[in-house]
Amino acid sequence: MSSPADLTLAEASAGLRGGKLSARELLEATFDRASLTEAELHAYLTIDHENARAAAAAADEAQANGLWVGPLHGIPVAIKDNMVTAALQTTAGSQILAGYVPPYDATAVTALKSAGAIIVGKTNLDEFAMGSSTENSGYGPSANPWDTTRVPGGSSGGSAAAVAAGSAMIALGSDTGGSIRQPASLCGVVGMKPTYGLVSRYGLIAFASSLDQIGPISRTVEDAAATLEVIAGHDPLDATSYRGEYPRYRSLLGEGVSGLRVGVVAELSGAGIHPEVLSAFRSAVDSLAEGGAIVSEVSLPSMEYALSAYYLIAPAECSANLARFDGVRYGLRVDGATVEEMTARTRAAGFGPEVTRRILLGTYALSAGYYDAFYGQAQKVRTLVIQDFTRAYEGVDVLVSPTSPITAFELGSRTEDPLSMYLVDVCTIPSNLAGTPGISVPVGIDGAGLPIGFQIMAPALGEEVLFRVAAEVERASAWNNRRPPMVEADHGV
Amino acid sequence: MGRRVCMESVRGAPTIGGMAIDIDIAYVARLARIDLSDEELERIGRQLGGILEHAALVQQLPTEGVEPTSHPLPMVNAFRPDRVVPPLERDTALTQAPQAEDGYFRVPPTLEAE
Amino acid sequence: MEYEAVIGIETHVELATASKMFCGCPAQFGADPNTNVCPVCLGLPGALPVPNEQAIEWIVAIGLALDCEIAHRSQFHRKNYFYADQPKNYQISQFDVPVCSGGRLDIEVAGVVSRVRINRVHMEEDTGKMIHVGGGGRIKDADHSLLDFNRSGVPLVEIVTEPDLSSPQQARAFAQELQTIVLALGVSDAKLEEGSMRFDGNVSIRPKGTQEMGTKVEVKNMNSFRSLERALAYEIERQTAALEAGEQVLQETRHWDEGAGVTGGMRSKEESSDYRYFPEPDLVPIEINDTRREAIRNALPELPAARRLRWAALGIDPASIAVLVAGGSDLAGVFDGAVAAGADPKTVANWLTGEVTAFLRRELVDLGATPLTGGYLFELERLYAAGDLSSTAAKQVLVGVLAGEGSPAEVAEERDLIQISDTGALATEIDRVLAEHPAAYQRLKEGDPKVVGFLVGQVMKVTAGKADPKVVSTMLRQKAED
Ligand SMILES: [Mg+2]
Ligand SMILES: [Zn+2]
Repeated sequence: MSSPADLTLAEASAGLRGGKLSARELLEATFDRASLTEAELHAYLTIDHENARAAAAAADEAQANGLWVGPLHGIPVAIKDNMVTAALQTTAGSQILAGYVPPYDATAVTALKSAGAIIVGKTNLDEFAMGSSTENSGYGPSANPWDTTRVPGGSSGGSAAAVAAGSAMIALGSDTGGSIRQPASLCGVVGMKPTYGLVSRYGLIAFASSLDQIGPISRTVEDAAATLEVIAGHDPLDATSYRGEYPRYRSLLGEGVSGLRVGVVAELSGAGIHPEVLSAFRSAVDSLAEGGAIVSEVSLPSMEYALSAYYLIAPAECSANLARFDGVRYGLRVDGATVEEMTARTRAAGFGPEVTRRILLGTYALSAGYYDAFYGQAQKVRTLVIQDFTRAYEGVDVLVSPTSPITAFELGSRTEDPLSMYLVDVCTIPSNLAGTPGISVPVGIDGAGLPIGFQIMAPALGEEVLFRVAAEVERASAWNNRRPPMVEADHGV
Repeated sequence: MGRRVCMESVRGAPTIGGMAIDIDIAYVARLARIDLSDEELERIGRQLGGILEHAALVQQLPTEGVEPTSHPLPMVNAFRPDRVVPPLERDTALTQAPQAEDGYFRVPPTLEAE
Repeated sequence: MEYEAVIGIETHVELATASKMFCGCPAQFGADPNTNVCPVCLGLPGALPVPNEQAIEWIVAIGLALDCEIAHRSQFHRKNYFYADQPKNYQISQFDVPVCSGGRLDIEVAGVVSRVRINRVHMEEDTGKMIHVGGGGRIKDADHSLLDFNRSGVPLVEIVTEPDLSSPQQARAFAQELQTIVLALGVSDAKLEEGSMRFDGNVSIRPKGTQEMGTKVEVKNMNSFRSLERALAYEIERQTAALEAGEQVLQETRHWDEGAGVTGGMRSKEESSDYRYFPEPDLVPIEINDTRREAIRNALPELPAARRLRWAALGIDPASIAVLVAGGSDLAGVFDGAVAAGADPKTVANWLTGEVTAFLRRELVDLGATPLTGGYLFELERLYAAGDLSSTAAKQVLVGVLAGEGSPAEVAEERDLIQISDTGALATEIDRVLAEHPAAYQRLKEGDPKVVGFLVGQVMKVTAGKADPKVVSTMLRQKAED
């Protein structure tokens, strides 16, 4: 018998509405799955049994009284631990915030709760979302459910691993350079980064403010679109929040891709991409062509500079964003004879090596005499990347590429060489620089049994067409809603 | 077709405008207020050198007449009305403080005057 | 050698908005520590700033009042430096594209008018407040420090002049004129003692007649116009003495010590100049189009320079004008209201610069917080002009009105200050006094002028001071002629 933990959102909602499933049963199945997998995965930093159980009981009671709270009524959702949750420890994966309990909920968390979601807990991440493997967590790495000797990707590795393993039905991640899409790809789930400004950043602990965006991780494209409908919306507390219309993102699911123009990004689908990834990517492209899409190859010449620009812009912004962690008002404090010494010691003790590296890199890139050569130039390259995209979207509706050049790598295999880790994000970074949406959909597994992700990119506010193509890729792939081996027995396949 | 991003081929830009990249890493660490040992400074300095070689690729792209982008989407004038919202309770504001005293956050004495 | 001073002034003005610059916390002064704080102004993880629209309109108003260009598009930057009273360890400020640039302000010292160019006016946020405990409150001997973030995030406008001033007197005149403008605009309390208006001076000296700039010293911590003038004078003297002794002037920041009357060097911050400004990614650009700018310009209140001219034409003396202008828009509104209703300008100006100003100072209240209006002032002036109130009684009534006892007529009635100028009523009293003092009456009839004063005094006595002495005197003289 299969566990309710493996249902999709649509299935679970139908069950809950029809009285065949209670929110409590669904939550307990989710907790059971966590008990089964957490020792190996370490997807969560905090599981909030008590409040989640209370919320599930309340959802059932509301349902019994004929009250359907919202589209996520009774659905167990996990939150990446860089989004603040009132009265629930939030660490951003950093020792500098060990034990920190925020006084407020992030706007996206409020939106989930208002839609009836049950917050299961807070998921592991690379410290302050800086990393591509979740190995930079200040609380130990997470593992990939498909092979626990491998990384789940990052920085939203805990969220992707939890959704893949069924210890959450849906999770929120944040994506600054690929941190939703890349772990989704490595864990065989759907991960979506919305247009910059669509989901409020209020309450997201900032890494790089002009790049950060919250988005859903789920097991199906439809679930991702449904979740985005809940968390997207104008927020007066975020000055960069989009002020226009918010359509229904599921509106074009199932429409197919006939007549849509699909551009294969030449620079991101050749050299540097692992052959097995490339081959799965090519078959998925072929299936789109079979579905009636008009496929062409598109060149975006500035793509090869995007990674360099990103590794100046993101650290520069992070160097300022993380300056507030000074031991004065919250978080860790290491004593010193003066406040200056206290702060310097606190930051040395509280930040891990990757965060320290990026703060120093960003500080340097902004410092007197280097600004123009580094940060200023990177911002101009950013303009060129945007112009490349704009030009490309004049001729195609969506762009596609592999999500990650490689599948899940061995834990510890890249930690010694920061640059080799950065290169993993080469396909996802350009959308962050441009502020445009992107999604990763699983399309197959490699010879080692590891998932391969397919990335679709669309112009700003092009979410509807993005989901439309993603749904077709999902439908046509040989993926068939696979589960990692570690939960197959429980899944009952 | 344009040049491809290749994980092996991205290295090879060891200079900024013909000058070797030099980093006064101790100065940078002081600016960032992180207390690092000489050994750590030396190691991080070396790593940053490698990353900056790669980052310096941005200088190879001609950008004359190109405006810098600091916001991905063109938006202006996001304001709030001048309306008071109830602040936090003081206990809530102070509860996470490593040290508090008489309604204040408490810190060691300061070296510098602003 | 003779030296001349080159002075530039940086002014910080806290705006009197209801809420802070980037969050909804109350911006008011004087609350208990850390009671006006929220995730944004405490720099909590995840919090984001959203700019106060009123503050943006007010900085544009300040810029227009100083004849500045208003940028069509400007932007916030982050100014990065660590200081424990600054929650994010960066200040949201402006860098290369401030809201206003290139203005001017004319000042007058001893009858000489000079023009001070304004380099820029930009928007930023205030820091929290740090209290040094132990060691007599001195920074370097303190045992520990306490932090209050109530002021953190209060909107702050920074006004930077070109180095166009050449004497401490000019600097003081500039500061005072700027304060009157800010008060006229009604955008700040501009209180030096509470720090809602703060002046820093940049001072250098050079041999008279030369063009090259000397080494610049920044002088801070002056919290009155007097101390601004004193501190700059001290600093010019100190630098002159140094150069004359063959020493160099160090580029540094010095604090004015009001008690000792000297400026002292501060431990200089090692990397103080490397602020790593970059565009604030949490905030989008500010766009002020011509329509909006002109709407703000059209809504500007009358500025001090125009007020001075208008009031001088009413015959008000320059000293009174100075006090009236310094009183800001509230005082101007009351004065103009009374005059517009038909009150005598000089009488009203005397009361405002005398009793009213004294009352506000004594009671530590703002005019706006009292019930006094132009209408009340007009009513009072009418009572006085009609002879219903003596000059002394009118001033007493004014104090009563300020204290909230009611309208002038009500206060006069309640305090029983109405003069008896009704000749019928007075005639009875006069007859009674003359009957009681036949000898004096006789002298009056004989035309002895000295006895009039005595008899007026007697009438005042029997009427408990309420008789109008002028009327009584006239009536007595008439009696003598009868
Ligand atoms: Mg300033
Ligand atoms: Zn606040």
